[in-house]
Amino acid sequence: MSKTINLTLKVWRQPGSEAKGAFETYQAKDISTDMSFLEMLDVVNERLSVEGKDPIAFDHDCREGICGMCGSVVNGVPHGPQKATTLCQLHMRHFADRDTLVIEPWRSRAFKVIKDLAVDRSAFDQLIQTGGYISANTGAVPEANAILISQETAELAMDAAACIGCGACVAACPNASAMLFVGAKVSQLALLPQGRPEAAKRVQAMIRKMDELGFGACSNEAECEAVCPKEISITNIARLNRELIKAAFGSPF
Amino acid sequence: MNWIIRTLTCSVGKKLIMAVTGLSFCLFLVSHLAGNLTIFKGPKAFVSYAESLHSLGALILMAELGLLVLAVCHICFGIWLFIGNLTARPVGYAVKKNAGGRTLSSAIMPYTGLFLLVFIIIHLITFHFADRGGKDVYYLVHTTFTSPGYVIFYLIAMIAAAFHVKHGFWSAFQTIGANHPKYMPVIKKVGLVFSLLVGFGFGCLPIYLSLS
Repeated sequence: MSKTINLTLKVWRQPGSEAKGAFETYQAKDISTDMSFLEMLDVVNERLSVEGKDPIAFDHDCREGICGMCGSVVNGVPHGPQKATTLCQLHMRHFADRDTLVIEPWRSRAFKVIKDLAVDRSAFDQLIQTGGYISANTGAVPEANAILISQETAELAMDAAACIGCGACVAACPNASAMLFVGAKVSQLALLPQGRPEAAKRVQAMIRKMDELGFGACSNEAECEAVCPKEISITNIARLNRELIKAAFGSPF
Repeated sequence: MNWIIRTLTCSVGKKLIMAVTGLSFCLFLVSHLAGNLTIFKGPKAFVSYAESLHSLGALILMAELGLLVLAVCHICFGIWLFIGNLTARPVGYAVKKNAGGRTLSSAIMPYTGLFLLVFIIIHLITFHFADRGGKDVYYLVHTTFTSPGYVIFYLIAMIAAAFHVKHGFWSAFQTIGANHPKYMPVIKKVGLVFSLLVGFGFGCLPIYLSLS
């Protein structure tokens, strides 16, 4: 039998990116503990619509924890209190009856609030456009054993590639730094032979872009790793640093 | 030359400067602490240590200039990073909780750093540039630590130094890319032990002197 709980929500409402925002208080009544956090917001929005009020805008897409679209800061923690969980996969059973939840958008100079909790993360797209790819012809599927990669290396690259680009790392970082995101993207390619030819150019270009977009610098506080829904390790940040040293001091450009 | 400036002024480059200068200061702290601890062997040992340092002449001057350059880099790049990081989030959170990565020592890093800067200036004025009036350095140290205010200030500074070193030590290794599953647990432990050595090692001196 599912239980129901009642919650008080303090939600950041902002009509547009240039508008001034403020917190509004809402009551979320009879919320099933089997609901996800986003379904709870859906219930609140349905009531707001019926009352003729503007529903709360929030980012969401797959609701399966794999697309990286959702995410808000719940009571001071991006994606809420559950470890290794996106907001859409966070269930209401993790909250108690009569809890008060403060819900805020990702805060960073590089991420503008579009409306309420919806945030423009195109800065991440710009970072990917700067170097998060390899310039190889795709064509037909290559022969499986043409390039040998050890299982351990493949695992490390896959761990880095698990990043869904949700931006929780930036939201959690005391400096709003994108180092975990860039570290993961640089790592997943630097670890594999296909990524090596462009590794030096990639790391320098991506770091320059990251600075230009207004992200902060890394203080190694590891808050990013703690909130990452895919548990991306900060060893990827160390690899990013290593790649920059190698590129700056070793490459001919 | 362009590539050096480009590298060292990007966010990771600035951190590299912090890491390399910070680790150099760790080495300096080891030698400074080893020298200071000669005070436990008595006034004579301490004075002869100080005199043998001064007898190095040009060498000690070069070391001092080297430390000054390191300090200027560490302070300037630190402040540059600090201001940059503050501006990276113009609108803050109404509620912000630590998710489990942040520690007290990492959170107060810029503040312990700035406090240590104030301490070092006062420390140099008190001991390095002081007019000793013909008295030896032990006399100067001993009379300075008879003031309870100075002892408390010194102890607070040493606690700040211990916290600064605790995060700074492993953080420097992370920044230079030396995060390795085999070595990082050891580096973190060494950092913790070293920070305790700095705190207690330097901290025991004024207590010992004010009691003796």
